[in-house]
Amino acid sequence: MSEALVFYFLAGLAIMASALVIGQRNPMYSVLLLIASFGALAGLYIQLDAPFVAVAQIIIYAGAIMVLFLFVVMLLNAPQEDAAGWDRSHPLRRPGMSRIGALLALLLVVQLAWAVLSMSGVEAPAGTGGDAVSSVRALGRTLFTDYVFAFEATSILILVAMIGAVMLARREGDEA
Amino acid sequence: MDLRFLVQLGIIGLTFFMLINASALLVYAERKVMGFMQQRYGPYLVGPHGLLQPLADILKLLMKEELRPKGADRWLFTLAPVLAVTAAFAAFATVPWGAETTLFGLLDEPVKLGVSDVNVGVLVVFAITSMGVYGIVLAGWSSNSKYSLMGGLRASAQMISYELSYATALAAVILLAGSLSLRETVDAQAGYWFGFIPQWFIFLQPLGFIIYVIAGVAETNRAPFDFPEAEQELVAGYNTEYSSVRFALFPQAEYINMTTMSAVATDLYLGGWHGPFLPPEYGWIWFLMKVSAILFVYIWVRWTVPRYRYDQLMQFGWKWLFPAAVINLIITAAAVLYFNV
Repeated sequence: MSEALVFYFLAGLAIMASALVIGQRNPMYSVLLLIASFGALAGLYIQLDAPFVAVAQIIIYAGAIMVLFLFVVMLLNAPQEDAAGWDRSHPLRRPGMSRIGALLALLLVVQLAWAVLSMSGVEAPAGTGGDAVSSVRALGRTLFTDYVFAFEATSILILVAMIGAVMLARREGDEA
Repeated sequence: MDLRFLVQLGIIGLTFFMLINASALLVYAERKVMGFMQQRYGPYLVGPHGLLQPLADILKLLMKEELRPKGADRWLFTLAPVLAVTAAFAAFATVPWGAETTLFGLLDEPVKLGVSDVNVGVLVVFAITSMGVYGIVLAGWSSNSKYSLMGGLRASAQMISYELSYATALAAVILLAGSLSLRETVDAQAGYWFGFIPQWFIFLQPLGFIIYVIAGVAETNRAPFDFPEAEQELVAGYNTEYSSVRFALFPQAEYINMTTMSAVATDLYLGGWHGPFLPPEYGWIWFLMKVSAILFVYIWVRWTVPRYRYDQLMQFGWKWLFPAAVINLIITAAAVLYFNV
């Protein structure tokens, strides 16, 4: 009973925070609400008996990626959005565009529902649940044996993105 | 309510009490050590040898007026110091500070000295310390002052850079101990080589320990890496606009973070509560001594080494410290595989 209560509390928190992220006029609040949402997700992982995934979620998303988000928001000193100041002449803000947007959103919902409904038969690889130390070991083993191609492909993808970012940020004639 | 539960509650309360007192004592120690290094006495008037100086400091700050700049963000300006100090306290939650004890036969089953024993303890400490940066960054942003904003920006860039080396140094110790639990890591360091050298990981990981301590100084924003404050350039950095109790919370968070860093270093590298001459029940005395030694080094470094330049800090972090940490990790991994420890 109490477990269900904790689940509904955390799930509600995650959904509420995520919904409020979109509603904020101030980008700083959006970032903070996203962090709260990640925190609630980490709580859900703990309930699923996966403490390692929960801690990784906090370290990587809440601890590192969101700090970069904050850094960018602060660096650009993004102003508060003003509803009255919306540029109606922008091609993406015409009424026709919003209808296409609504259609795309509907399509996404259908896709997500289909994906979730067809997921029932999936089982976690053996030994990844339960005791955290063995689960970390099992996670590492499956990552470097069964999923080694996906792992290496992701590494190369990230490397390419990194090189691309360095190239974009590099100024002409900059030696260092 | 059974006795064991009460004892556990008592241990949690004691840990909290010790952390609060650690921050007060560190303020005193910092001023006293600084005084001696500069050939003067330091605080001397309040209490014997100025021992009550922290109390006087806190009283003074409580009496001050709380100010909030006009353009400041009302919620975040209040939230930031609270976040900083909460993260600092919470990070200590999985740090064990003594062996199991029955309290001289009072209990049937021994209790563990420490708030909680989680099997991913090292990572929990790391995760919560990395949340501490939000307090500083938000303080810098919400003050609506350019000096504060610069301090906050520097804090976020610095934390990201040094967290990487810090985590890589930790990973080498995790490999050696074969466990993510801090208590199991400490117990892996019991015993002696050749009968007299204690089996502490510092002897296997000298480079890792140095990297950990340097990254720890940067993570706690202390000189020579105190760029978020850098009073010669930024007035007082991220806490320029803060006053009274809200201001007091930032140094408190800093000193508690220092204590946590030193306690984790003791658990990971210096064998925690294991040491010669003392029976295991009194191991916490060893623990306190080791933590105090590391804290003294922190203070010593602060008043000896001048501040770097900001680009030097980034250069050092990315081009020296991080590669060194990666090489250390690779060598450790190869050695663990070869010797199958």
